[in-house]
Amino acid sequence: MNYSTSIPYMLEGTLKAIELFALTMVFSLPLGLLVARLRLSKSPFVHLPVRLYLLIMRGTPLMLQLFFFLFFPPLVLGIPVDRFSVAVFSFSINYAAYYAEIFRGGIESISVGQQEAAAVLGFSSLQTFFRITLPQVIKRILPSCANESMTLVKDTALASVIGIAELFRNAKNMVAAYNMIRFFAIAGLIYLIMNSVVAFAFSRAEKKLNYYKD
Amino acid sequence: MASEEILRVSHVSKSFGDLEVLKDMSLRVERGEVVSIIGPSGSGKSTLLRVINQLEHADRGEIVVCGNELCHTDANDRAVYAKKETLKTIRLSIGLVFQSFHLFPHYSILRNITEAPMHVLKINREEAESTAIELLRKLGLSDKAKAYPFQLSGGQQQRAAIARTLAMNPQMIFFDEPTSALDPELTGEVLRVIRSLADEHMTMVVVTHEMAFAGELSDRIIFMDQGAIIEEGSPEEVFSSERERTKQFLQHFTK
Repeated sequence: MNYSTSIPYMLEGTLKAIELFALTMVFSLPLGLLVARLRLSKSPFVHLPVRLYLLIMRGTPLMLQLFFFLFFPPLVLGIPVDRFSVAVFSFSINYAAYYAEIFRGGIESISVGQQEAAAVLGFSSLQTFFRITLPQVIKRILPSCANESMTLVKDTALASVIGIAELFRNAKNMVAAYNMIRFFAIAGLIYLIMNSVVAFAFSRAEKKLNYYKD
Repeated sequence: MASEEILRVSHVSKSFGDLEVLKDMSLRVERGEVVSIIGPSGSGKSTLLRVINQLEHADRGEIVVCGNELCHTDANDRAVYAKKETLKTIRLSIGLVFQSFHLFPHYSILRNITEAPMHVLKINREEAESTAIELLRKLGLSDKAKAYPFQLSGGQQQRAAIARTLAMNPQMIFFDEPTSALDPELTGEVLRVIRSLADEHMTMVVVTHEMAFAGELSDRIIFMDQGAIIEEGSPEEVFSSERERTKQFLQHFTK
């Protein structure tokens, strides 16, 4: 067995997993916020389609969604797709659904008095949302977001099913090549390290927002 | 001094489902006047203030604030509201102080006061902050500028909320039971602030259960019950009313 080739191979997979994680966060958080706002719309033409989207995203396996977006565009629409883009897209719209529900819970937990106070002072509804509501929502939803984000780190392993050379797939290849299961243990350790960083970042953010109570 | 009408409410009605909260309500307030509204819970006092502040929609009736029409009744007997710019002008001419303050918990007291002047009135930071500091000094909160709402007592929070309202320089201020959420020993400091505003001839409409305060401060007292005005007049007139319903209500406040 040769560690000088197997370890870089594992680290390559780690970088791919981090890339997928980071891109999913970048796309799914703003999208989730937008979806939460639309979900709270009073118009059934807006909130009903959004609820259908939430049901599908949360009600079917992410693995199945990955296969769907890998095969549907080329086979049905004749549009060629790149595997990694499919992974980023599927993860983003899937996680946006979960983040959206977290945002919605947070938005609904802010007392209506805050909005009324802002309205009476002349703030527009957009100003009220970004200056008054959202900062308070973020403080409240950080623990749930930490949960979801740690799940995302582990879920990147699912991208292996559509052939993304991420950490889990590379570990599996190493196990097969050398007939040694220690590569699974190494992968587990790397996931654990990644999630320690995520957990630490969220707890730092929570501490930072502890300057006020409501 | 010639009287100048600052608020006119004519024949306003408002229902929540089957419950008629305001019944054909009419009211006039002149510049510099202090009007107190008293009455039992559920009599529609707060709803009246909330309708004028656009936090609730009137079902019908006419409301005119500083010469700008907020709404009127159309041919179908429905309230029709003014266009957006007018609604905003009207909104900015009235300040509302809430029973439970509703300060923004994530902003310092100073920023609670400067946020709306800076982002709604587009006043620059230096000017907004110097106005805020001056208001805090006047309301005895100079040392609280950097504090956060949770660090203040209820009375201090309410005074900060009044400063936030004053910073927008409204034509008139509504107080919706400003001392009802406070411990009895903290009501005095808030009432003193309201009294000092009355001395400066600020136009105010105060919904309150503080009868002695209302009597001493008000040019006029309105007694409301079940969505309608039962009695209206000078404090002496209302407090010595022979009307059965008024007497019955006031009885609760005499020891």
